[in-house]
Amino acid sequence: MSTSKLTGAEIVIHSLHKENTEFVFGYPGGAVLNIYDAIFRLKKFKHVLVRHEQAAVHAADGYSRSTGKVGVALVTSGPGATNAVTGIATAHMDSIPMVIISGQVPTHAIGQDAFQECDTVGITRPCVKHNFLIKKIEDIAPTIKKAFHIARTGRPGPVVVDIPKDITAEEAEFIYPENIELRSYNPVEKGHQGQITKALELLIHAKRPMVYTGGGVVLGDASESLKKLMKKLEFPVTSTLMGLGGFPASEKQFLGMLGMHGTYEANMAMQECDVLIAVGSRFDDRVIGNPDHFLSKPRKIIHIDIDPASISKRVKIDVPIVGSVKSVLEDMLIIYESLKTTHDKNNQKEWIIQIDSWREKKSLDFQNSKEVIKPQYVVQELYKVTNGDAFVTSDVGQHQMWAAQYYPFDKPRRWLNSGGLGTMGVGLPYAMGAQLAHPEAQVACVTGEASIQMCIQELSTCKQFHLPIKIVNLNNRYMGMVRQWQEFFYGNRYAESYMDALPDFVKLAESYGHIGMQIENPSDVTSALQEAFSKKNKERLVFLDFLTDQTENVYPMIPNGKGLSQMILAEDL
Amino acid sequence: MRRIISLLMENESGALSRVSGLFSARGYNIESLTVAPTEDPSLSRMTIVTYGSDEVIEQIIKQLNKLIDVVKVLDLNGGKHIERELMLVKVKASHQYREEMKRISDIFRGRIIDVSDNTFTVEITGSSTKLDAYIESLDKSAIVETVRTGSSGIGRGDRILKI
Repeated sequence: MSTSKLTGAEIVIHSLHKENTEFVFGYPGGAVLNIYDAIFRLKKFKHVLVRHEQAAVHAADGYSRSTGKVGVALVTSGPGATNAVTGIATAHMDSIPMVIISGQVPTHAIGQDAFQECDTVGITRPCVKHNFLIKKIEDIAPTIKKAFHIARTGRPGPVVVDIPKDITAEEAEFIYPENIELRSYNPVEKGHQGQITKALELLIHAKRPMVYTGGGVVLGDASESLKKLMKKLEFPVTSTLMGLGGFPASEKQFLGMLGMHGTYEANMAMQECDVLIAVGSRFDDRVIGNPDHFLSKPRKIIHIDIDPASISKRVKIDVPIVGSVKSVLEDMLIIYESLKTTHDKNNQKEWIIQIDSWREKKSLDFQNSKEVIKPQYVVQELYKVTNGDAFVTSDVGQHQMWAAQYYPFDKPRRWLNSGGLGTMGVGLPYAMGAQLAHPEAQVACVTGEASIQMCIQELSTCKQFHLPIKIVNLNNRYMGMVRQWQEFFYGNRYAESYMDALPDFVKLAESYGHIGMQIENPSDVTSALQEAFSKKNKERLVFLDFLTDQTENVYPMIPNGKGLSQMILAEDL
Repeated sequence: MRRIISLLMENESGALSRVSGLFSARGYNIESLTVAPTEDPSLSRMTIVTYGSDEVIEQIIKQLNKLIDVVKVLDLNGGKHIERELMLVKVKASHQYREEMKRISDIFRGRIIDVSDNTFTVEITGSSTKLDAYIESLDKSAIVETVRTGSSGIGRGDRILKI
């Protein structure tokens, strides 16, 4: 056996390789030059050169969201690390498993205000699941092992590993640990059987049951288990923005998304139910609105979550079940089969009739137009042209909500957006990560003219790596969601929400070597989308700039501070 | 309500800032926080005195447990426990006050550990309320300097926090 020594940089590359890393998204710089040299020499994975570190982290995040694997990003010290922070915080809020390797100035220079020095571990501490500063070469391999383990287990999240430059040049033997034991970190996978039985007892006797699923179903790969259980129980299901696709939108039981821009039926059912089961969701402010209003209706709440801190955080829970969503749902199925009393579906007859009457409101209906392109219509047509089977990424704002409302997802990991942090600019890098992971798949980035400009430089990366993403720009010449709030709550004073001096997106796309199209006429929407997704353009990125209705708003809407049943509907106006 | 929380954590650089950062990021109160290594040098023991409603304390404990470096957390208020704090107080003790200062410190079982022409330095241990009472009993103008360690706590009898 060879006992030849490797440099710290080579150990980093071999460690990442041991973790089956396919792609590293990164940007070189002084403190990571040794690592980049090792990447060049060892060729263990594909390095994707982005144009800004923020996009490196977002792209690794998009890769992770679309595959379930750990995303890996590599940035240099100082500004490389600070640019990465938005991406890290975004992944942290949505519990995305990632490992971010950052270069650090040499050990002897730490604390000397050296060139491109910053306290990366200090700066990222509040927005990571955990972080490490490597102190000696022997720690590199076990720390990377720990980082991947922490990132992907329990409630997933980003882990930063900060490596001083001198350590990447030193030499040591490479020993990659097979297993890692952390005495202080043992996430609970299996739910408490007694609690699960208690939950089922409540559920089978419910008159107005409701299932509220979140991102945990997607992240925990629990879709199949959820579908199986729901086939048995036949309860109505709603999903948060982050959970879309976790339960098939085409199932009759599905009431659509809930929350601030959720459907009338989902929000009303959430408010009026007598037994609620929350599955991998966290009762956040955009989902239940005002918690006092939510609690004004008595109901029993069951909450399945892998993170005990998510339980009873905003809303008191009657039956908490800590465990991975998948494992708990599987146990629930087994225990359900063994129960002596099964549930009587007649109990819920009235509830189903009630829900159907709420559905009659057709809260997502909108007035289409022959004169001006309605953004909702573009998303509906996108759904048709892609057969509802594309990976859809979005940025943040009105277009994000329209994508969520009008592109019903039947599969998990197809819908990629920044739900927690609400980071404008994620759409294009998410699409890059998804397209690299799924080279044959259709990938659409639904965005707006404001958001897309926050990571527009990545059009260059897309060119270099031949990523045939289709950008659907819903261009209303406004920061639409800001404008909507200003219209509703600030007396139509549109402070700084008008996007003046926009670029010519067609020429912009062309200058990066892509295809650009501008669509003004509603009758051209479908054909433009068909052309973009045609065989002819299979290898090309197409930037579709749709000039849409400037005054369109997202409905329904729960105003800030109001409750679930206090929605503003389009028909009210 | 005032609560005293004890925890064991990995004795690693940055571990303390993870705890203090958690409190400031989530808007929890810290009345005092003490930390030092244990007989096992890989572990540090921390005592945090905080206050909040039952719901807030439950969240604090969950959030502390969630920190990767935290090995174990114990809410000392959940059972019988003892808490002690150490205080050093420098008081004016010029000629006419010397006797009185000695008497007050005796009442509180304080020890005079340093003497100068004009001052005494008193060492006093006990619950935080006892230390407060000592301060109260002194004429404000007689206090030159105070140093308090913050509370340390331990469970009574078989109630232990160990890995």
